[in-house]
Amino acid sequence: MRFLLVEDNIQLAKAICSHLLLDGHVVDHADRLSTTKDYLATTAYDMILLDIMLPDGDGREFLNRYRASAGKTPVIVLTARSEVSDRVGVLDLGADDYITKPFDFSELEARCRAVLRRHGGGATNIKSFGEVEFDGLSGTITHHGTTTNLRNKELRLLEIFFNVPGQICSKSKLVDRLFSYDEDVSENAIEVYVARLRKHLEGSNVQIITVRGLGYRLSLV
Amino acid sequence: MRLNILSIVLTLAGLSAAAPGLSFEIERQKSFTSNSVEPEILRIISTADIELFAPLITGFQASNPKVTVNYHEVSSTELMRALQDEKAPYDIAVSSAMDLQTKLANDGLALAHSSVATTLLPGWGKWHDYVFAFTQEPATIVISTKDFGDLPLPKTRQDLISILRDHPDRFRGRVGTYDVRSSGLGYLFATQDARTSETFWRLAEVMGNLDIQLYCCSGAMIDDVSSGKIAVAYNVLGSYAMARRDTQDTIRIIAPQDFTTVMMRTVIIPTTSQQPAIASEFVDHLIQAAWDENSSTSDYPFPTINRNPAASDTSLRPIRMGPGLLVYLDKLKKRRFITEWENAILQP
Amino acid sequence: MNGVLKGTGSIRWRLITQLLSGAAILTIILILIVRSFSQQLAAQSQDNILNASLTAILDASSIQQGELTVDIPYSAFSMLSNLSNDRVFYRIDQDGAFLTGYADLPKPKLRATTDTPAFMTSTYQDIEIRMVTATRLLALEGRPIELQASIAQSRNGQAKTLAEISNMVMLFGSGFFVISAVIALLAAQSTVRPLKRLAASVSRRGPHDLRPVTASVPEEMTPLVQSLNQFIQRLDTSLTRSEDFIAEAAHRVRTPLATVRAQAEITLRRVDKDENRAALKEMIRAIDDSSRAAGQLLDHAMVTFRTDHLERSKIDLGALVGETVDRLQAVAALKDIVFTYAAIDRTQIFGDAILIQNAVQNLLDNAIKYSPVESDISVELTVEAPWITLSICDQGLGFPKTGAKRLTERFARGDNVAGIVGSGLGLTIVDEVIQAHSGNLIISNNPNGVGACVSISFPSS
Repeated sequence: MRFLLVEDNIQLAKAICSHLLLDGHVVDHADRLSTTKDYLATTAYDMILLDIMLPDGDGREFLNRYRASAGKTPVIVLTARSEVSDRVGVLDLGADDYITKPFDFSELEARCRAVLRRHGGGATNIKSFGEVEFDGLSGTITHHGTTTNLRNKELRLLEIFFNVPGQICSKSKLVDRLFSYDEDVSENAIEVYVARLRKHLEGSNVQIITVRGLGYRLSLV
Repeated sequence: MRLNILSIVLTLAGLSAAAPGLSFEIERQKSFTSNSVEPEILRIISTADIELFAPLITGFQASNPKVTVNYHEVSSTELMRALQDEKAPYDIAVSSAMDLQTKLANDGLALAHSSVATTLLPGWGKWHDYVFAFTQEPATIVISTKDFGDLPLPKTRQDLISILRDHPDRFRGRVGTYDVRSSGLGYLFATQDARTSETFWRLAEVMGNLDIQLYCCSGAMIDDVSSGKIAVAYNVLGSYAMARRDTQDTIRIIAPQDFTTVMMRTVIIPTTSQQPAIASEFVDHLIQAAWDENSSTSDYPFPTINRNPAASDTSLRPIRMGPGLLVYLDKLKKRRFITEWENAILQP
Repeated sequence: MNGVLKGTGSIRWRLITQLLSGAAILTIILILIVRSFSQQLAAQSQDNILNASLTAILDASSIQQGELTVDIPYSAFSMLSNLSNDRVFYRIDQDGAFLTGYADLPKPKLRATTDTPAFMTSTYQDIEIRMVTATRLLALEGRPIELQASIAQSRNGQAKTLAEISNMVMLFGSGFFVISAVIALLAAQSTVRPLKRLAASVSRRGPHDLRPVTASVPEEMTPLVQSLNQFIQRLDTSLTRSEDFIAEAAHRVRTPLATVRAQAEITLRRVDKDENRAALKEMIRAIDDSSRAAGQLLDHAMVTFRTDHLERSKIDLGALVGETVDRLQAVAALKDIVFTYAAIDRTQIFGDAILIQNAVQNLLDNAIKYSPVESDISVELTVEAPWITLSICDQGLGFPKTGAKRLTERFARGDNVAGIVGSGLGLTIVDEVIQAHSGNLIISNNPNGVGACVSISFPSS
């Protein structure tokens, strides 16, 4: 996905960009509204992440004008403001959702997914590997004509595998990705979800291989 | 009510006596006593004939049985003397001399009185709250039927003048009128006549030429006309004449049509009254008897009062009550008038 | 703090009393003036008649046969008759010697001449009289003689006229006063009305309405309104500054935290060593801790601020809960937690939408936090007059058997939640909001077995 990140705090912006890149997305960073306008004029984005407090203006005003000029790209507002009224007000101005800083990236992910799902994302969301088609947005896996709905952790786990097909993903990394830092889970919790995925993949030419001591790998049968 | 033997005797005697301790002259007096053990005494001084006035007293005693009425009949000048000069204690003063009554009131010798009864009086029937009228009596010409048998009856003063001039022999020494020098009512009538018309003086002169007889009172004049001593009496009180039933055939009473002076007999409550409360009630009684349409005529011996005299007969000239009546009582004015009158009547 | 205002009486009543006393004084002056004037007119009219009568008498004087004679005309006296008990007195003197009339009638003090009659008020026969005297010169046998005539009338008529005038004037005066009183009342009302209107319009404002007063007011009130607006402005500025401060504080605290967290997450993806990974996880947990704490502290400040000036508007609780549930779907989905919520109607309450939204969000957040993966959270609205109750039940740890009541205290956390990041302020905030809305908060364990239930009730509108 192509993101436009509008955030004036350079360190934070760098961190967010790195994270998105790690996840395999493309990010453009604007640190002020003027630059934002330029970017929007020349490029089409799948998602805009918009900060409120910008040096050359209020992000909400910009959002209002953007929507007024028929800007269609979905917007998630990053806000540090505490007033609930401000947060909710943002939705009235045309934002699709908002998230408060500091945020959990998995929450951001989930919100992006939800927003894009509502927008009816394009075909770019579908990834294939072998016979299997995986739609990250709608959370479905299709093979041999059958479409199955995946639950949240299954979906995220499969998304990780589909991003790096053939590569080994360590259990620990998977735990980090799948569970929040609150949850004290052992690495064996991954087993459960891998087992479920294997069940969904049954009958297709795609499988998840356990690499003893190292982790798991998505590969063709 | 029983009459006291002594009072009857006094009445029949008709003695003229002097009031005890006072020098004015009482012509007649009568006491209408009540049955009460401790009667309240109402003293009346009046110029009215006792017999004529009596029904008004008895009528009053019917509703006030405790009251004994002492009635003193006097002449109008004596009445003035009694009340004005001698301050005699009377509760009621009745007089035909409206001017003298007005003077008494004006001089502060009358008590003010107002009640429900006094509201019956029209404005011209009283002078403020002092003087109250209770009769309407005209001044008339009384003639002897015998002497006028062949003559037309005089309708106006002018007629009378003509008749007297035409038949001097028949009427010489046989005409009469009030001596205005001694009779208050006579003076009143004469001055009112003089005010009204010149004919008065002409008539006076004509009568003066005929050796006129002068009288103190209407009663005497009526007697003499009836007996034939005089043929014509001028300015006789019509009410007296009409009340004299015994003279019905012998006299004719004429109200002159050029104008008939009408006198209102009046009552005042003197300030010397010892019984002002009973006096007030008596005044009310007189007013009601005269002016209340619902009262019976049997108690009221005078002619019925006409509330609107001018409407019924334009020749009637009621004498108006007011300070104007005081004018002719002025010393100088009176002197002047009497001098003129004497010149006309006496023709010295 | 609510100082009790010391009153200095009512403007309205002050106006009314002043107007009324003014009217009363004017009325009295008016009555006195009119009375005095009418008195003079009446006296003048009696004098005129007396003078006319006197003139008639003097005109009737003449020398006849070597003697002065006065032929008093009838009209001279009859014109003096009136409706009251007035008596008439007169005297005529020739060269100072009494000629006719009332000999004891007093003589005038002032010298009367032919041209100017002398008027005098005196007493005679114990009554008050008004007397006019004039003189006439006549020639008798070549000598001049002076004729002086006086005519007097008692004053009952005057007294009666005066009484009538007085009554009439008093009547009119009273009428005038009554009308003045009515006008005074109306004037006072209308004068005070703009004040009342301003007071009403200001008091009608909600607790958060800090717009300047723009109602048009009379000139005299303009300085008051201006001061009021300045005051509002200062208050607004102060409040905005506080709000801005909170927002600024939030921003300044959270942005660096966000940076650190983001970097930590990235680093975590890159390191392999277990101990490094554990350390980074600890860091992230600590950051989450502090950011949640900061957030809730700020929320708590905001809630306290808002409950002090609680706004009361109509809120559809059902819709609000629905929106909040939608908002948290994404977060719940992360743990495969499913909300069950069915909207019902007639869920109107009065209150502050922001605060209630905050409370509901807090409760739902808590439920998600303490629920295990793939569990259900039931969100239920029930209407039982006069209350509307929202119950949120999860399948998580449930409340500790002991000390459940303590949880609403600040920073109190259950004994069984060690390991789950929480500041302990969540329920405190909810409790404050509920109390401000005269509602009820009940925490209990899920009757269906596992988990906790929190119920909040609001009075129905």
